[in-house]
Amino acid sequence: MQNDSIKKTIFVAVALCLVCSFFVSLAAVSLDEIQKENKRLDMIKNILVAGGLYDPSVDVQAVYENKVVPLLIQLDTGQILNPEDYPEGIRVGTYEIKKMAVDPAFGRPVDPGEDIANIRNRPQYIFVYQVMEGDKLQRVILPIYGYGLWSTLYGFVSLGNDLKSIRGIAFYEHGETPGLGGEVDNARWKALWPGKRAFDDAGNVVLSVIKGQVDPKSAKAQYQVDGLSGATITTRGVHNMINYWLGEEGYGPFLKTLKQGGGRG
Amino acid sequence: MAEVIEREERAIEAPSSPPLTAKEAKSLLFTPVFDDNPIGRQVLGVCSALAVTTKLETSVVMSLAVIFVLALSNVSVSAIRNHIPSSVRILVQMTIIAALVIIADQFIQAFAYSISKQLSIFVGLIITNCIIMGRAEGFASKNPPMHSLLDGVGNGLGYSTILIAVGFFRELLGSGKILGVDVLHLVTEGGWYTPNGLMLLSPSAFFLIGFFIWIVRAWKPEQVEED
Repeated sequence: MQNDSIKKTIFVAVALCLVCSFFVSLAAVSLDEIQKENKRLDMIKNILVAGGLYDPSVDVQAVYENKVVPLLIQLDTGQILNPEDYPEGIRVGTYEIKKMAVDPAFGRPVDPGEDIANIRNRPQYIFVYQVMEGDKLQRVILPIYGYGLWSTLYGFVSLGNDLKSIRGIAFYEHGETPGLGGEVDNARWKALWPGKRAFDDAGNVVLSVIKGQVDPKSAKAQYQVDGLSGATITTRGVHNMINYWLGEEGYGPFLKTLKQGGGRG
Repeated sequence: MAEVIEREERAIEAPSSPPLTAKEAKSLLFTPVFDDNPIGRQVLGVCSALAVTTKLETSVVMSLAVIFVLALSNVSVSAIRNHIPSSVRILVQMTIIAALVIIADQFIQAFAYSISKQLSIFVGLIITNCIIMGRAEGFASKNPPMHSLLDGVGNGLGYSTILIAVGFFRELLGSGKILGVDVLHLVTEGGWYTPNGLMLLSPSAFFLIGFFIWIVRAWKPEQVEED
């Protein structure tokens, strides 16, 4: 067969595609389990980082199981669901915000006027995580997400048991520029968050991520976090995300439920 | 080797199949490291050299991925070189390279997850790394598989040399660390070293690659191009 005949060209193209797709699928399918496990551990790690429980020497899985209690809540009402009332298809191990937000059965579009975090869709049910010390609530870790410069950032923010002060923040997925917006992963920047106050006495969200550095002498210092230099838009994204999710449209109703001491039910 | 020779006999141009001598093998493997470095001499693949070299660890993983892809793409292209219709040869090469890159990416995601998060899209972008296309088209499509394998590994080593050197200096001067271990004690943590922020930005890789080219050409003046 001549190399440049149509027959041979088509034969080579088809055979090559089959061989390549075989190897690609083989790698993708056989490594899928390990990759999923990696993602799950990474998410757990970020839950612990946001909750201030992370330490490189600990076994994340063990700490997570001992101290962290996942709770499914209904975002709009703030109601906490009992495990036996979980809607079909929602389980703590397999829950993915990204899929749930766009799932017609479990997500809903966000009204553009209220969509300050630029998320477009959000799930109706979401898992939040409580850190318990015996029977007492220590921290509550809330998933947050919103748009930065290039990508949607997914992460967690945690509140102390006063439900007013921030205990930590961590992002487990984003596509911001490494070295600039990607510095949301910088441990030193994340260390600025614990102790900041998210709400004023009237219960309004007042925390802001400002451009530049916070003046420690300013009366507002406890409500402000330094922006990331060279990443104005990512910084604004984080600011909007915090304001959306901690506000009335986000976890407001749930935080109210918690404050009233409302347990499950 | 029997396989290679058999294919040689069937070859259309029927080149006299050259047996691979030890000297040739050494030259194929090591010429691209300093004498004909893909980044320093051929100025290919600079994009990824800028993007992934802020830390030594990512540089090393990226280097390994490129050596893997380059070696196997060269072997595969070479193995079927006498059957590739010339009208679709670039597509054939791209398909092989793309498949190998996806496989490499899958492995990195499975066994080095935190690094794969840092490398993000840059592993996928190996597909467009000119070194790999350049070697497939320029070498592997004309030479037997063993030669191509060595050429692939050699060029991969040449690429790695620069990546690792740049990664080493950027991490050391930019964040005072080597492989995440403190070497220069930072002012922000009570030490003496003020990190050079420029080193964390892409342009610094240009300076470092420039220095590398300068040093190599001062050492081997025959590489200097005439104006």
